[in-house]
Amino acid sequence: MNSIISIIAFRELRSFFDSLMAYILLIAFLGFSGFFTWIYGADVFIRKEADLAVFFSIAKWTLFFFIPAITMKMIAEEKKTGTIEILLTKAVSSRQLVLGKYLACLLLILITLAFTLPYYFSISRLGAVDHGATICGYIGLILMSSAYIAIGLFASSITNNQIVAFLFSLLIGIVFHFILDVLGSGSRGILGNILNDLSVSKHFDSISRGVLDTKDVLFFISLTVLGLFLSEQYVSKSK
Amino acid sequence: MDLKINDLSKTYGHQKAVDNISFEVKSGEIVGFLGPNGAGKTTTMKMLTQYIHPDHGSIWYGNSRNQDNVDIRRSIGYLPEHNPLYEEMPVLDYLAFCAQLQGVQTSEIPVKIRDMVRKCGLDEEKHKKIGELSKGYRQRVGLAQAIIHNPKVLILDEPTTGLDPNQIVEIRELIKELGREKTVILSTHILSEVEATCDRILIINKGKIVADGTVSNLRKQTESRQITFARIEGLDSDQIHKALSGIPGVNHVDLINKESNRFEVQSTSDESLNRAIFKLCVQNNLELLEMTPMETKLEDIFRDLTLN
Repeated sequence: MNSIISIIAFRELRSFFDSLMAYILLIAFLGFSGFFTWIYGADVFIRKEADLAVFFSIAKWTLFFFIPAITMKMIAEEKKTGTIEILLTKAVSSRQLVLGKYLACLLLILITLAFTLPYYFSISRLGAVDHGATICGYIGLILMSSAYIAIGLFASSITNNQIVAFLFSLLIGIVFHFILDVLGSGSRGILGNILNDLSVSKHFDSISRGVLDTKDVLFFISLTVLGLFLSEQYVSKSK
Repeated sequence: MDLKINDLSKTYGHQKAVDNISFEVKSGEIVGFLGPNGAGKTTTMKMLTQYIHPDHGSIWYGNSRNQDNVDIRRSIGYLPEHNPLYEEMPVLDYLAFCAQLQGVQTSEIPVKIRDMVRKCGLDEEKHKKIGELSKGYRQRVGLAQAIIHNPKVLILDEPTTGLDPNQIVEIRELIKELGREKTVILSTHILSEVEATCDRILIINKGKIVADGTVSNLRKQTESRQITFARIEGLDSDQIHKALSGIPGVNHVDLINKESNRFEVQSTSDESLNRAIFKLCVQNNLELLEMTPMETKLEDIFRDLTLN
């Protein structure tokens, strides 16, 4: 069972690198985050603090837009071209299909993030870095990406149009990332707490401050599981 | 592996795509699935490959029933309609990917791929990306991925669409060869293809099986009329026409070619027309230059069964 997932994940990962997808993502992501971290605005040198807080807040937004672009074709295109029929009539279950695609996207994000490790090494040369906070920041990015990938896959599984999938996952993302945050800040009492608890940015900020709370981790894991579960349901529903 | 299909039904919305069909296919048999567009061929095949679940009925694969089962899917090779492929993948990688998914041992994969490349004639194009291939080669890749794991059951949805006549002959030969030891079900609406490759024909119309048997059996079943071509000289063509129409049992006479006095004579009776035509010529002192009995074509059988 596990080997099927890895076969699918490996194929997807290869197709990222065979097409220009992976390279565009890498260049754009590193360009954006590097530019704002080192060169422009409130960069490291102006703040005179040896941390990667700027990088994490930029990465949060860049990934927010990039992940839907990666996930939009994952299932929608298979449905459109009919290759999903090839997979599902072989020894592949809907769950393995979804998990394989999820794994491929997550690996691509991990590879992208691995390329930013030089930022970390450079900063640690410049001053005393809070290693805990930095590691937490990376864990936060990975957890957040995982949740957005699952949401993106879900959006991709409900349609066979890539653009619809992209916009839909962006819409869900905006709700979780932004609207709940704003609403949560403006409301009080139980409602305010619930809205705050559902906001991705709140949980991400809390992790990237250097406190790895189980509540935050569980939030992202639940969002991931929910997204993947719904994608699986939609993939097998078409059967 | 024998297949046994019992009372299979599938409804899309209000439309019954497949309506209570039952049939059996034995190992070593090539069955041709025939029917007009939208008759339910593809839906049936999708159910056989476990891609869609039937609303009702059961499919037996040998001794196991139709639950979602990985082992069953591993013993099926499937070429879907329109032959979907990953365009951006090179042919060899794609075949390796399919072999892996079907559980072919890693050590055997290179041998299997070489085998498929040879069998399906992919040698010249094997390093290209699938998206760069011509339609004929894509079809071969589709066939290769269906048979790479040596399945016991082979389900092919219109395997020869888009091929040129030479390729069609090659693919037919391949299917025949595979059919010696496997259970093969193929769908098509090219009638000559069924005659050339299949041991048995299932004609399906509006979700129901309307005929099941060998080509010659179907001919016998539906042979309600007999057609003979005759060239007769010695009289004016109108008079011959009249005389031919007068033969008991003849219900229709057509003058096909006025210059050579060629007629098509149709009769409803089972008795041979030829004798009656011959007698007619002898009695009237006519010259019978040609007489060809015509076999009922599969096309006619098909039309009879599906046009109502």
